Amino acid sequence: MPSFVIEEKCDGCKGGDKTACMYICPNDLMVLDVDRMKAYNSEPDMCWECYNCVKICPTQAIEVRGYADFTPLGASVQPMRGTADIMWTVKFRGGTIKRFKFPIRTTPEGSATPDGGYSVGPGTLNDQLLFTEPASLKEDKLWTLGD
Amino acid sequence: MMQEFKTVEVTTDLLIIGPGMAGCGATVEAAHWAKQNNIKVTVVDKAAMERSGAVGMGLSAINQYQGTNTPPDYLSYVRQDLMGLCRDDLVMDISRHVNGTVHMFEGYGLPIWKDPDGNYVHEGRWQLMINGESYKAIVAEAAKNAVGIDNIIERVFVVRLLLDKNDKKRVAGAIGFSVRDPEIYVFKFKACIVSAGGAVHVFRPRSTGEGLGRAWYPPWNAGSSSYLTTTAGAEMTSQEVVFIPGRFKDGYGPVGAWFLLFKASATSATGFNYMAEGLAEGGELHNWPPYGKVKPIPTCLRNHLMMIEMYHKGDGPIFIHTDKAIAKLAEKAPDEKTYKKELKKLEAEAWEDFLDMTISQAVLWASKDVFPEEGPSEIMPSEPYFIGSHSGASGAWVSGPEDLQTPESKEVYFWGYNRMTTVKGLFTAGDGVGVSSHKFSSGSFTEGRIAGKAAVKFCVENPQMPEADSAEVDKFKEQLLLPLKHYEQHHKYTTLGTATKKYDMPVEEVNPYYITPKHAIFRLNKIMDEYVAGWGSQYNCSAVTLNIALDLLKLLKEDLTKLAARNLHELMRCWENVHRVQIAEAHTRHKLHREETRWPGYYYRSDFRKIDEDKWGKVFVNSVYDAEKDEFTMLTRPIIHLVDIKEVVGM
Ligand SMILES: Cc1cc2nc3c(=O)[nH]c(=O)nc-3n(C[C@H](O)[C@H](O)[C@H](O)COP(=O)(O)OP(=O)(O)OC[C@H]3O[C@@H](n4cnc5c(N)ncnc54)[C@H](O)[C@@H]3O)c2cc1C
Ligand code: SF4
Ligand code: SF4
Repeated sequence: MPSFVIEEKCDGCKGGDKTACMYICPNDLMVLDVDRMKAYNSEPDMCWECYNCVKICPTQAIEVRGYADFTPLGASVQPMRGTADIMWTVKFRGGTIKRFKFPIRTTPEGSATPDGGYSVGPGTLNDQLLFTEPASLKEDKLWTLGD
Repeated sequence: MMQEFKTVEVTTDLLIIGPGMAGCGATVEAAHWAKQNNIKVTVVDKAAMERSGAVGMGLSAINQYQGTNTPPDYLSYVRQDLMGLCRDDLVMDISRHVNGTVHMFEGYGLPIWKDPDGNYVHEGRWQLMINGESYKAIVAEAAKNAVGIDNIIERVFVVRLLLDKNDKKRVAGAIGFSVRDPEIYVFKFKACIVSAGGAVHVFRPRSTGEGLGRAWYPPWNAGSSSYLTTTAGAEMTSQEVVFIPGRFKDGYGPVGAWFLLFKASATSATGFNYMAEGLAEGGELHNWPPYGKVKPIPTCLRNHLMMIEMYHKGDGPIFIHTDKAIAKLAEKAPDEKTYKKELKKLEAEAWEDFLDMTISQAVLWASKDVFPEEGPSEIMPSEPYFIGSHSGASGAWVSGPEDLQTPESKEVYFWGYNRMTTVKGLFTAGDGVGVSSHKFSSGSFTEGRIAGKAAVKFCVENPQMPEADSAEVDKFKEQLLLPLKHYEQHHKYTTLGTATKKYDMPVEEVNPYYITPKHAIFRLNKIMDEYVAGWGSQYNCSAVTLNIALDLLKLLKEDLTKLAARNLHELMRCWENVHRVQIAEAHTRHKLHREETRWPGYYYRSDFRKIDEDKWGKVFVNSVYDAEKDEFTMLTRPIIHLVDIKEVVGM
């Protein structure tokens, strides 16, 4: 199955009523079996391998085994997502290992202000200016026909 | 026994349905104007806003940024790419605002690549390279901060819109259900913005086993924008214009950076450079005037050239020469050491392109020991998708901005509120809006902002709360739960379905009284693939096949009233398929109506093999659906040009 949960590592998010993987999956695939307190991918053939459950799991219990239709066994692609960057380990079927680290954001988590740091402009409900314009455009006016 | 369902009523002024890129833009903008005008804004998502929608995995590029180009420049490119089919007012409206949106994204914390002088790194003329792993999370964070957590409802699937009891051309509410708890949601509002994305799994994907979910387009967008607006009676446009991306085979990894940034070339199996040859004098592209004769080659025509090699000549597969591209770039290095350094940098950039937005492709390359610097890879056209924000054009017919009109266009393209559909109070944005293509992530957010502001204006100027018909609400409530009831009533007839654990039941089930959501999707996929120009029919259709499809869709629609669901998750799958079938039918009817082949490479009308500029080059094909009678009315609307394009500005 595309994303799968390693039984030994999953602690059911410590019994909270909302597990991290259930919370995040955009396709509602992750399910917690409350009897065992283990999560699992309930519909692997509707998985996009988007890795959101993999990235969010606090115990690193989720990995991906590429779609069986066309992906030979043996490789793995595993992320470690921090607050400012993400580190990827790509293990090839033949044994090659590559590591990549990329930034993910430049501001502290939670700090995004809706105006993006641009001042509120003179617009009213009756004109074409969006609320941060013209400042966010870095121009002094908004283009219109005839300009 | 079937669970008891509780009804949760939510009364608000403006409801934003689907906070993807467009919905987040709508939220950010509407929240500002709402505060000034004492308007309440509520957001509802079938998933978790942090990672919902097409950008949930991340992206490696922002595909629309104007830089110093003008709106007519961008328009020239969009008009060319869609073979003449776009609304000048909508495209230029987004274009003039989009730089501001991108600058705001940077302010939110999205890392945009910069050169040593501090300028954005362009992938092509309009595209910027980003480190976009957290793109959606960052944008959603700004939207959440704008509207406040208390006004966001997650994991509620919106099934249908409700109309005003006293004015059937005015929206009054929406109905949906929670996929977590047995709760039906009834929303009542003055206005709503439907930004619930495009549609996938209408056509059969190329992988149908475990890889069913690996479509290029994310499996969680099921055509809800189109369904919600269509069934509310909104006029729709260009539902025939799908998008078929040509991408790395099976994983659908992006090729944009390879073609634009690394300048890779593609050939047929025997090395025929089909794009260069197609453009050359006497080449295939000259059969598609005026668009085929100029650069950049429209997306559908690039597909078309690929399809000729693969399907007509049998000279497949198509190879993208990643190895040659990398070698050529690295070869510019003055010495061995810089060469190696340069190669390493390029390699990391190539992998990041996958890891930021199509991780499957990285998994596939690792699994097959593919090293792009060592040899070429296959590329392949996918199945058709509905994504009006990209290189397709399907969506609702909306009012444009008042100032970007001529007296003539104002008659047809403007009715009071920017991005409002033909139903009062019903707005849409992103994939929801038709013939406003090539807006992508940044343009969808921008269009959401435009709709957000206009919708608040509508609420201020129309303060009277419309009245949803309570009899209709009761009817929909019952319909909504029918699949659970069907299961309850009939599952004991056959031997499956007796497992005591809620989720541990076998997926396949045979029962003569109902069909499961999986059965519905496979049946739909087969009809569309074989008769409506999917990959299985090599993208061909004709009036004969389209009419067969309509007959089969009618039967499928009847059987959809017998869908069965075992739990809330499956109930969502049932309704997703109802949404898909609606866009499937609309699409088939639109294809039937337009008697020409305008977008070869997206689909071929084998009974009308050529582009017919005189008859079809100046009109949009539109449709209106009457939900009570289950009837479509087809019509056309004029394409009115607001500016003269002397030269097409390329990529
Ligand atoms: C594979 C891929 C690659 C792309 N690459 C790029 C790129 O490199 N650069 C770029 O700029 N653009 C890119 N795009 C385009 C971009 O992703 C879209 O243009 C953009 O996401 C469209 O925004 P939207 O708001 O219309 O839809 P989405 O962003 O898809 O949002 C849809 C929202 O609706 C919700 N929803 C759906 N149905 C319901 C329902 N019934 N009830 C409640 N909520 C619902 C979803 O959960 C989601 O929140 C790419 C798209 C894809 C698919
Ligand atoms: S997020 Fe991880 S630990 Fe928590 S339930 Fe899911 S798999 Fe288990
Ligand atoms: S990889 Fe994505 S689609 Fe698949 S289960 Fe995880 S979150 Fe869901």
